[in-house]
Amino acid sequence: MNVKAKAKKSIPASRQREVPGQDLKWIGQNMKRVEDPRLLVGEGEYADDIALANMLHAAVLASPHAHARIISIDVSKALALPGVHAVMTGEEVAKVTGPLPCFGSPPVEQRCVALGKVRHVGEPVAIVAADSRYIAEDAVGLIEVEYEQLPVVADLREAVHAKGAAVLHPERGDNNIALQRSFKFGTVDEDFANAKTIVKRTLRWPRSGAQPLETCGAVADFNRGSGKFTVHCNTSMYNYVGWLWAVSLNVPAHKLNIVPTMAGGSFGSKLFLHKVPIIAATLARKTGRPVKYLEDRLENLSSCDHHGSDRYYECELALDADNNMTALKCDVIDDYGAYFQFGIGHHGNALSQITGPYKIRSVEANITAVLTNKCQQGAYRGFGSEVSNFVLERMVDAACDELNLDRLAFRRQNFIKKAEFPYFIPTGNLYDSGDYEAVMDKAVGMLDLEGWRKKQAEALKEGRYIGIGLATCQERSVFSSTEFWSLNNVPGFTLTSSAEGVSVKLDALGNAVVKLQAPFWGNSPETMAVQILAEQLQLAPSAISVAYADTDSGLSGTGPGGSRYTVMIAGALVGASKIIRNKLFLLAGHLLQAGKDKLELRDGKVMVKGTEQGMSIADIAMQAHFFRLSFPDEPEFDTGLDANYTYDHPLTTLPSDDRTDLGIFYPIMGHMCHMPVIEVDIETGKITFLDYVAVHDCGTIVNPMTLAGHVRGGTAQGVGTALYEQYDYDEQGQFRSGSYADYLMPKVMEVPPNVRVGHVETPSPFTEYGIKGGGEGGRMGTPPALAGAIEDALRPLGVRIDALPVTPSKLRGLIRQAQAK
Amino acid sequence: MKTSVSLKINGKSYQDDVEPRTLLSDFIRHHAGLKGTHVGCEHGVCGACTVMIDGKTARSCLAFAVQCQDHDITTVESLGTQEELSPLQQGFWEKHGLQCGYCTSGMLMLATELLEHNPTPTRDEIREAISGNLCRCTGYQTIIDSIARAVEIKAGTALEAAE
Repeated sequence: MNVKAKAKKSIPASRQREVPGQDLKWIGQNMKRVEDPRLLVGEGEYADDIALANMLHAAVLASPHAHARIISIDVSKALALPGVHAVMTGEEVAKVTGPLPCFGSPPVEQRCVALGKVRHVGEPVAIVAADSRYIAEDAVGLIEVEYEQLPVVADLREAVHAKGAAVLHPERGDNNIALQRSFKFGTVDEDFANAKTIVKRTLRWPRSGAQPLETCGAVADFNRGSGKFTVHCNTSMYNYVGWLWAVSLNVPAHKLNIVPTMAGGSFGSKLFLHKVPIIAATLARKTGRPVKYLEDRLENLSSCDHHGSDRYYECELALDADNNMTALKCDVIDDYGAYFQFGIGHHGNALSQITGPYKIRSVEANITAVLTNKCQQGAYRGFGSEVSNFVLERMVDAACDELNLDRLAFRRQNFIKKAEFPYFIPTGNLYDSGDYEAVMDKAVGMLDLEGWRKKQAEALKEGRYIGIGLATCQERSVFSSTEFWSLNNVPGFTLTSSAEGVSVKLDALGNAVVKLQAPFWGNSPETMAVQILAEQLQLAPSAISVAYADTDSGLSGTGPGGSRYTVMIAGALVGASKIIRNKLFLLAGHLLQAGKDKLELRDGKVMVKGTEQGMSIADIAMQAHFFRLSFPDEPEFDTGLDANYTYDHPLTTLPSDDRTDLGIFYPIMGHMCHMPVIEVDIETGKITFLDYVAVHDCGTIVNPMTLAGHVRGGTAQGVGTALYEQYDYDEQGQFRSGSYADYLMPKVMEVPPNVRVGHVETPSPFTEYGIKGGGEGGRMGTPPALAGAIEDALRPLGVRIDALPVTPSKLRGLIRQAQAK
Repeated sequence: MKTSVSLKINGKSYQDDVEPRTLLSDFIRHHAGLKGTHVGCEHGVCGACTVMIDGKTARSCLAFAVQCQDHDITTVESLGTQEELSPLQQGFWEKHGLQCGYCTSGMLMLATELLEHNPTPTRDEIREAISGNLCRCTGYQTIIDSIARAVEIKAGTALEAAE
């Protein structure tokens, strides 16, 4: 039956124009990053580096309560403070500025300053603009607020049953369930009924977050003459959905220009900012002066737009008599915090690769998204799919333990085989290509698994506990926008575009300017663009410079997110380059008296094939810009040498109406195998890394050095998620992680000293050159690999890892429990 | 309430009238206009704002500008230029020791101090030297590679000079 359903499904034709396996000059090189020299001398333009004439500074009064009604606010003392220009409460803000953008459907109303009620500790209650940040913070201290506390919901399982005054958003009904939906893909009941073995686990994924070292910031200006806002901000997605800020600000979209700044890290958490820029813009309009608002660290920890997933899972995995995995069932409660900006898009991410690299043929997912008195969820490297990787790999390890199977052999047996791609998984998503055995084999070879097994056995004799972990996980890349709404009960705005545009201009001297529609995020967009354009036009990288479009001049640009940027900008650059190449050949063909088909690009020149006759691009460019009368009087010869090109998603289809098939929405499928070797000190619970191998397959690699950087950086964040990090709330919703002394992230002593990175390249048949995304992978494989490694080390004690983070004190607790048995 | 503060930063004097509570980091960034020093946590944990005071690294978010009157402040701007990167900056460029660049200035100052006292550090000594600062992008490994590379570059330069 599954086979029949599969046969009916068609795969759209590939739009790949540049096939993999070409002889390439720039793509694939370890080119030093073009972004770096200015960053190394301290000349990056981050949000706080923007300074406008007459600029004021904002500060925010944050709620000390998790859930309370605002009875009264007295701002008179704050307003009387010299140097203070405006103090606005939620009520005043609401007169001029509407709710913040919300992609959830039906939406949950959220305001940049709380109106009537606060719903989490740290939520803005009033905002101030003053001559300096110091004075603004003084003024915040003079605001008097009377609250009436309300019952607090801080536990995700209790949230399911909350009623009455404990309901955060009563206008949506008398409960705190943001969305509840059950999905069945394939013959899941039948597969469980026929199962020989059913493995069950309860798993807990903790709330953590990206915590880039630069917080979110914006400088907003409102020109009273033109009625137009200009907002400098370290946000992304501004050329996609930035116009939604204009809706919040109650102006038409063309009365708002968003100018990107560089971002000092994001990892998803600056995906689409709204609270910070809307606060700055609201105060700018009120005061008539530019206003800077930059979160301090406490604000970023307690009230940024982007806490990560926070999930409780009850899972069942069905296996047949031959130990083939056949079906997976997950009941998940996800704690979304006080608002619901992206709906349950995070579970779309999970469902895009819920069966991992395995041939599991049916899936049941019962999703309950709850609202609690915590900061809202947003995006963090993996966007929810890193959680399902953890869950699936935990279930796979559990199956191996229960059936006493080898963790490698069991995976190999259940892998989708190389010849079976493109491969539809039960949810309807397509995996474009892969070679999972090759990745695992490479990792095992790099690690010297046999050698470590011997050392492990010897160490155990000395009472030392060494463990080897294994995770074989997917890294979906290039999301399609259907996942924004396909899981909703009420679909809402059913968009289907998620394009990436680019502008390329060759100036009169033949140098290229590339204008990106998305910001620098801490990734390498300029280096990617330079390598790909150099390849396309056979230009020297030094002849290419990169700029960032604001929204006034911007084309459609979805930006980085879901590991899509390199794939998408490659598509856009290939499109733009073809237009420019055609024009170069047209002009050169006329000047050289040669047919276009006789020409080729070679080292910055247009050459007649098979000859040494040709013209430099610089000479043609000069002709194109300044010598119109050298050419025939036909429109195709008109002045200029530039192109705009907007590249649409390479492979996406619509979901079925009944959602038994979610369509193709995340098909460019990367893969990884992580194998850490650790030692656990059972007296202290401290984990030390002895080795770490991470092999990734991200298709054709543009720059192995920067890809390895993502893998290692992501792995360090995965170490944080697995062992240390948690946004910790007590039962009253008080936030206990309000500083970097409390929210513990790995420093150099906590990460593996040498993450040995390997690459396998299985090109995508659907993207230019076969590139796949690779920006998130490290964090998507490390947590399950570490959980498995800890279990492996402590197998003699029988310790089981079902919840993260496994902090030293928690691990000591588990060891103590095991020893007491 | 304001007081005149004159700081010597990278050998140059910067004077301004500031409140006594003005942080050194804010003075460097917003009064001296040297934006290479970045502020990450403002409570002394992340180390992004690390500068040198009288040749010793310090967190500029934990010092008041007035305290630094008559002391020598050194920031990332004292190293190389884009046209002529210092060996450390060159090492970071070659070995991909940065991604977003926000922690980089602090790391460069730590490495500067290390190499002044220990021109040929081992990898473990480099690790120790940067162990107080946070980087959220790289996983630290390539930062260690970068500093080790700077040692090679310096040795190479010294060799050239001797020849």
